[in-house]
Amino acid sequence: MSQADGYQLPLRLAALGFLTVVIQIAAVSQVTVFGVSIDLTPLVVASVGLLAGSLPGAIFGFAVGLFADVALVQTLGVTSLLFIAIGYWAGRLRELRDPAHALVPLAVGAAATAFATVGFALMQFMLGVRAPVSWLLLRQVVVTILVGSLLALPIFALVRRVVQGSLPDDPRRRRRRAYTTGGLSPLQRPSAGR
Amino acid sequence: MYDKQVRRRRAVLALLVVVSLILLTAYFGESAGSPLHSVQRGVVAVLSPVQEGASRALKPVRDLFGWFGDTARAKTERDQLRAQRDRLLEQVVGYKVALQDNAELRREVGLQSSNGLDVYDKRAARVIGRPANNLLLDRLQVDAGSGAGVRVGDPVIADGGLVGHVSFVASDAALVTLITDPSSSVSVKVLNGAGDSGLLKPSVGDPLDLLVQLLPRRARIAQDDIVVTAGFRTSRLDSLYPPDVPVGRVTKADPEELASDQQVHVAPIADLRHLDFVQILVGPSSSGEQRAQVGGTAGVGGP
Repeated sequence: MSQADGYQLPLRLAALGFLTVVIQIAAVSQVTVFGVSIDLTPLVVASVGLLAGSLPGAIFGFAVGLFADVALVQTLGVTSLLFIAIGYWAGRLRELRDPAHALVPLAVGAAATAFATVGFALMQFMLGVRAPVSWLLLRQVVVTILVGSLLALPIFALVRRVVQGSLPDDPRRRRRRAYTTGGLSPLQRPSAGR
Repeated sequence: MYDKQVRRRRAVLALLVVVSLILLTAYFGESAGSPLHSVQRGVVAVLSPVQEGASRALKPVRDLFGWFGDTARAKTERDQLRAQRDRLLEQVVGYKVALQDNAELRREVGLQSSNGLDVYDKRAARVIGRPANNLLLDRLQVDAGSGAGVRVGDPVIADGGLVGHVSFVASDAALVTLITDPSSSVSVKVLNGAGDSGLLKPSVGDPLDLLVQLLPRRARIAQDDIVVTAGFRTSRLDSLYPPDVPVGRVTKADPEELASDQQVHVAPIADLRHLDFVQILVGPSSSGEQRAQVGGTAGVGGP
């Protein structure tokens, strides 16, 4: 891999993060679906973690969270802390389980939205926002998670399109290559006991 | 090799978490004029033209999504508005007579007729941003800042109704804390003949359902009564908002709820979810610092 190729992923992720936050703040936040605002940022962070791994996911989450906090004049560090966890866990899922099912991004997107929404609310409570926890609030949280889940697959496809070609090692490609170039699939491999 | 990778991964993760915690702690303990806030103000000033451009460019997309929602609501809203129009037509005749009497009586006793808004300069500002997570923080960013004379605490109106107040100012941008933000509370009065006053707070989880609390238990309030700002003024404390700015319309006034919880439900007059422009009332008196304290927005994320 040449040096220019090595910079490709960070550059693409930087552009993706910048555009995500700007578009989120300037347009997407002002669109409401079933009474809640759409939040693309945790979905994008989780997608990057799933595609690029835990370390790029965590760094991307930190950067996007910090940028969002600065741009929205919120307490610095709150969103970055949550997004680090989302990017890292999505990346670890890819590294440990290497899930190939087409609906994995949907489940990860739902989990990321749930974590971001509930985590943000808990952080605000801990930092002093005085608001009662009501059924209405819980209903809003559930609706937010559902809306996030609906958007998870298209967002994942979009992020994959952006980072495609700059990823150092695509696990699916790697597995496919192993089978087609003479490597045995795990099902065909003789067990140690035989 | 594998151990080295794992150690590197854990070290970077720990570093990111520690940096986030340091930023959080430092920012939370700082005052509005401190270095981190200044950096944030600088970044907001740099970013606001970009946001403004993006906001304008993406307006058709927003409008398209809004169109679906608006169409679904339009029919119900039309029927409600027709019923409301018929009621209002009956009231207008009575009000015109009352207005004439009022003007004559005011002339006789020498009272000023201004409702307080005339002393403000109205600065129009475009909405250029909004936080993604509005369950517990409901704010929006506008493209007018200290360069346009905007100060912390200035009231903000739109569509003829109250929107909120300015809670953060950069050179070319400002942050408006909406009346639906949990940190917001506005002293209001209900135009029900008795002028019962209370405190307007958002209902958490359903921000567009506002509550007027601390009302008299036996207040006679009916659906569609108008709620306006009380705009109190004492020797030590002034309200952020001028008096008689329309805030909302009573949507539910249950006598049992009034007797037990001393509250009624109100819908805001301004369409707070579809604002493209707002008007900032730039006032002649009282310093921004004083009003920032009165505003009580210094909670999370506020300056």
